[in-house]
Amino acid sequence: MLDHILSILIFFPAFAGVMGFMINKESMRAYGTAVATIEFALSLWLWFSFDNNVSGMQFMEHMALVPSFGINYILGVDGISLFIIILAAFFTMIGIASLTDTKNVKNMIITLLFLQMTMIGVFVALDAIVFYVFWELSLVPMLYIIGAWGGPLRIYASVKFFLYTFTGSLVMLVGMLFMAYFFYQATGVWSFAILDWYRLILPESFQLWLFAAFFVGFAIKVPMFPFHTWLPYAHGQAPTIGSVILAAILLKMGTYAFIRFSLPLFPDASVFFMYPIAILAIIMIIYTAMVAYAQKDIKQVVAYSSVSHMGVIILGTFALNVEGITGSIFLMIAHGVVSGALFLLVGVIYDRRHTKLMSEFGGLAHVMPRYATIFGLMLMASVGMPLTINFVGEFLSLLGFYQQSHILTLLAGIAIVVGAIYMLTAFKKIFFGELTNEANKNLPDVSKRELLALIPLSIITVWLGIYPKPVLDPINNSVEAVVQLMHNKATSHEAKMRIPNVSGVVISKTTAKEAH
Amino acid sequence: MLSPVNVSLESLNLITLAPMLIPVIGALLILVIDIIKGGLDKSLYVVLSILFLALDFGALLESAGAFSKNGIMLGVFDVMLIDGLAIISQFIIVVTSMLFIPLALTHKRFHEFSYPEFFALFLFMIAGFQFMVASDNLILIFVGLETASLALYTLIAMHNRDKSFEAAIKYFTMGALAAGFYSFGSMVFYALTGSIEINQIAAVLQANNYADIGFVLVAVVMMLASFGFKLSIVPFHTWTPDVYEGSSAAMAGYMSIVPKIAAFVVAMRLFEFLIHANIVWLEVVLYVFVVVTMTAANIWALVQSDVKRMLAYSSISHAGFVMAAILIGTTQSNSALFLYWILFSFTNLGSFSMLWISRQKELPGYQKTDHSFEKFSGMIQTSPMAAIVMGLFMLSLAGLPPFALFWGKIYMISSAVTSGYTLLALIMALNSAIAGYYYIKLIVYMFMKDPITSNVDNNGQLYVANATTALKTIIGFAIIGTVFAFVALDSLLEFVTAFVYNSGY
Repeated sequence: MLDHILSILIFFPAFAGVMGFMINKESMRAYGTAVATIEFALSLWLWFSFDNNVSGMQFMEHMALVPSFGINYILGVDGISLFIIILAAFFTMIGIASLTDTKNVKNMIITLLFLQMTMIGVFVALDAIVFYVFWELSLVPMLYIIGAWGGPLRIYASVKFFLYTFTGSLVMLVGMLFMAYFFYQATGVWSFAILDWYRLILPESFQLWLFAAFFVGFAIKVPMFPFHTWLPYAHGQAPTIGSVILAAILLKMGTYAFIRFSLPLFPDASVFFMYPIAILAIIMIIYTAMVAYAQKDIKQVVAYSSVSHMGVIILGTFALNVEGITGSIFLMIAHGVVSGALFLLVGVIYDRRHTKLMSEFGGLAHVMPRYATIFGLMLMASVGMPLTINFVGEFLSLLGFYQQSHILTLLAGIAIVVGAIYMLTAFKKIFFGELTNEANKNLPDVSKRELLALIPLSIITVWLGIYPKPVLDPINNSVEAVVQLMHNKATSHEAKMRIPNVSGVVISKTTAKEAH
Repeated sequence: MLSPVNVSLESLNLITLAPMLIPVIGALLILVIDIIKGGLDKSLYVVLSILFLALDFGALLESAGAFSKNGIMLGVFDVMLIDGLAIISQFIIVVTSMLFIPLALTHKRFHEFSYPEFFALFLFMIAGFQFMVASDNLILIFVGLETASLALYTLIAMHNRDKSFEAAIKYFTMGALAAGFYSFGSMVFYALTGSIEINQIAAVLQANNYADIGFVLVAVVMMLASFGFKLSIVPFHTWTPDVYEGSSAAMAGYMSIVPKIAAFVVAMRLFEFLIHANIVWLEVVLYVFVVVTMTAANIWALVQSDVKRMLAYSSISHAGFVMAAILIGTTQSNSALFLYWILFSFTNLGSFSMLWISRQKELPGYQKTDHSFEKFSGMIQTSPMAAIVMGLFMLSLAGLPPFALFWGKIYMISSAVTSGYTLLALIMALNSAIAGYYYIKLIVYMFMKDPITSNVDNNGQLYVANATTALKTIIGFAIIGTVFAFVALDSLLEFVTAFVYNSGY
C-alpha cells in the first residue's frame, strides 16, 4: 500500500466525494469529517514512513499516460512538498469539522473533497502536465465555493478569481510546451517529467523568456503585486471555509511552484530576476500593509496581511540559498496555519454578528475572553513574535536574503515590523475599550466545535515556534539538494557566485572534522 | 469515330467506392421501404441508418487496414484517393453521424423525423461528405460538397419553424455564393495548369516555379473565400449563429462538426502545398484569418444571451483555432487538427445534445429564446445530474484539464511552438482564457444563481423534457469521451500521426 500511498492520497477524497452523493443530507457532515480524518491519518502515515535523510524524491510512482508525447503520470514527495501535503489534509479536516450551518451542506462537502484531491495532486505531481491538470482543476471547486456560498458580490469575485488565474496558467502552459520542446530538441525524446527537465541546461536567453512565462502563472497565483487584485475580492466574498483553504493551501501552490519549477529549471534567470522580484516582493509587503491599515472590514485586514506575508515568502525563495528557501518553505506552512486560523477566527465573529466591520465591535474581550486570547495569540504569530511559528520562517527567509542584499533585507525587516501596526490597531478596535454596541453585549464565547479547530492550530503555532526541528530537517535536506542542483546548472559567473555550492560546504565541514 | 475504351475492372479498384456507396444504398432502401409501406415509425429508420453507418464503419476499417499495409490507394480512373486523411476524416464523419442519428428518438414529437426522407437525405449527405474527403479531384470534391450541402439545407428547413426557413435560405444563399467562388477558383487553377487534380496542379505550379503568381493568388483568394464560408471563418461567418439558432440543437451540433471536418480536409489538401511553396501572401492572410476568427468570435460570444448562439460563436472560434494547423502545416499540426476534431466532436455534440433534451415546445414568459441563459438558472438545485454533465462539457470546451479538448489544445499549441510560431501559440493560449469567460457564464447561471420559481415547481422536468433512453445514452457516450479522453489518447495520437504522416502531410 505504501508504494501507492500518493495515488491513494490524491484519489481517496475524490472517490469518497463521488460516493458522498449517496449519503443522506443529515449525516453528510459526519461523513465528510470521517473521510478527511482518514485522509489526514494517511498523510501522517506518509510523514511517519518518510525517510528524513533522503533529499530526493520518495514514494515515486510512474505510469505511462501518453508516452508518445512524453506525458506520464509521475508522483513523488520530498521534504519540500511533504508538509504542505499534511497541511492540506489537516486544513480540509478541520475545515469540514468546523463547518458552520451552510445551505446545501452536501454540495459543499463534496466540493471540498474534490478540492482536496486537486490540492494534494499539485504538490505530488512530478510531471508538468499532470501538475498543470491539478493546478487548473483546483480552480473549479474554488469557483463554486466562492460563487455559490459567498457574499453579495460573489459572482463577480469568483469569476474574477477564475479568469485571472486561468489566464496566467495558460501563459505558463505555453512555457511548459516550450520547455518540453527544448528537451525534445536536446534529447530527441518528448518528456514533461520535471526530473528530466532538471537535467537540461538551457542558454541564459531562453531561460529568461521561459522564466517570464512561468512567472506569470505563478505570480498571479501567489498573488504577487501587481497581480494581487483578485485576492481581496475572493477573500472578501468567500465563505469562511473558502478563505481558509484559499489562504492556507491554494496560495502556496504558487510559491511551491517557484521552488519546484522556476529555481532549479532556470537558475541563471532566477539570479537575473532576483532583484526585480525582491523589489516587487518588498513593495508587496509595504503596500499591502498600508492598504490593510486602511480597511474597515476585519476580513480584508486579514486578507491583505496574508498577501503581505506572501511577500516575505517570495523574498526568502529568491534568496537562492539554503537558509532563504528553507525559511520560505517553513513560512509557507506557518502562514498556512496562522492565516488559516485568522480566517477561522473572523468566521467565528461573522457567524455571530453577520458583519465584519470593525466599527461594529469594540471591547469584545469583556464578553469573549477565550476568543480574544486565541485571536491575540494568532495575531502575535502573524506579526512574527519570537517563539511563534511565523518567526522561524520569517527570520530564516530574511537571514537568507541578507546574504544577497543588506539594504533590501533591512527594508523588508522594517516593513514587517511596521506591518505589526495594522494588526495591533485592528486588535485594539475589536477587543479593547468599552463595550458600546448593544448587539455585542450577549455574544457567546467560542463553542466546542470552534475550539476543535482552533486549539490544534494554537498548539501547532506554539510548538513549531519553539521546536521547529522535526519539520525543518527534512525541508533543509531537500532544499540543499535543490540549491546544489542550481549551483551545478548555473552557467553565468554571477549565478555561480550568487547560488552557494552546498556540497562544498559539507565537504569542508567533514574535512574540518577529519582534521580535528 | 470514337474508339472503344478498354478499362479492366481491376484497375478501377472499385473497393475504394465501398464506404461511400453503403450509405447511398441505405438511403435508397429507406425510400423504397417508404414506397412499399408508408407511415412507419421513425425508430425503424433510425435503426436502419445506424446499421448502414455501422456497415460503412466496417468498410472503413477495411480500407484503414489496407492503407496501413499498402499505402495510398487510387481508384476509379484515379479520381478516388484513399489516404490517411480520407480515412480518419471518414471515421470522424461516420462515428459522429452514428452518435447524431439516435438524437431523433426524442420524447416530444418533432415534425422532421416523421418523414423517412429526412433519414434518406441524411445518408445521402454522409455519402457526399465522404466523397468530398476521399478525392483530390476538384470536380468530385465539388460534387460531394454540393450533394452534402443541398441535403443539409433541406434537413434544416424540415425543422419547420419560421426561423428554420430563414436559416435554410440563409445557409443556401451563402452556400451558393461559396459554390460560385469554388468553381471560379477551380477554373483558374485549371486554366493555369490544365489539370483539376490537386497533386497535378501542385506539380505543374512547382515545375514552372509559380510563374503566374498573380493568377495563382486569384485562385487562392476564391478558394479561401469558398472555404471561409464552409468553415465559418471570420468575415465569412455571418450565417453561422442564425443558422444554428434556426435549426434544431442536435442538427446545430452536427453542423458544427461534420461539414467542417470535410472542409478542413479539402483545405488541407489544397493549401498545404501552397504554404510549403512559401507564398508569403497566403501565409499572412491565413495568419490574419486564424487570429481574427479566434479572437473576434470569442468576443462576440461574450455578449450572447442565448446558449445556442453562444455555442455557435464558440464553434466559430474553435474552427479558427484549428485553422491554425493548416497555417502551420507540419505533420504534428495536421495530426493535432484531427486529434482536436475527434475530441471536439464528443464534447460539442454532447453540449448540443444537452440543449436538445431541454427543448420545450412553448416558451415561458421569462424566456425570449429557446435556450436563454435564464432558463438554466439554478439548475444544480432542480436537476443536479444534468447540471453537472452540462458543466463538464463547458469545462471541456474551455480547455480545462483533464477533459477532452485540453489535450487537443496542448497538442495544437505545442505544434505551433515546435514550428516557431511563438506569438501564435500565445494568442491561442490567451484566446482560451477569453473563451473561459463565456463558458463559465453558463456555469455561473447553473450553479450560482437561484432557480426561477416555475422550474422549481416542476422539479427540474424542464431540463430533461425531451429526454429518452436513447438520448441519455448518447450523452453518456459523449461524457465518457469527454472525461476519459486521456485513457485513449496515446493510441489515438499514434493512429492519427501514423495515418497523417503516411499520407505525406
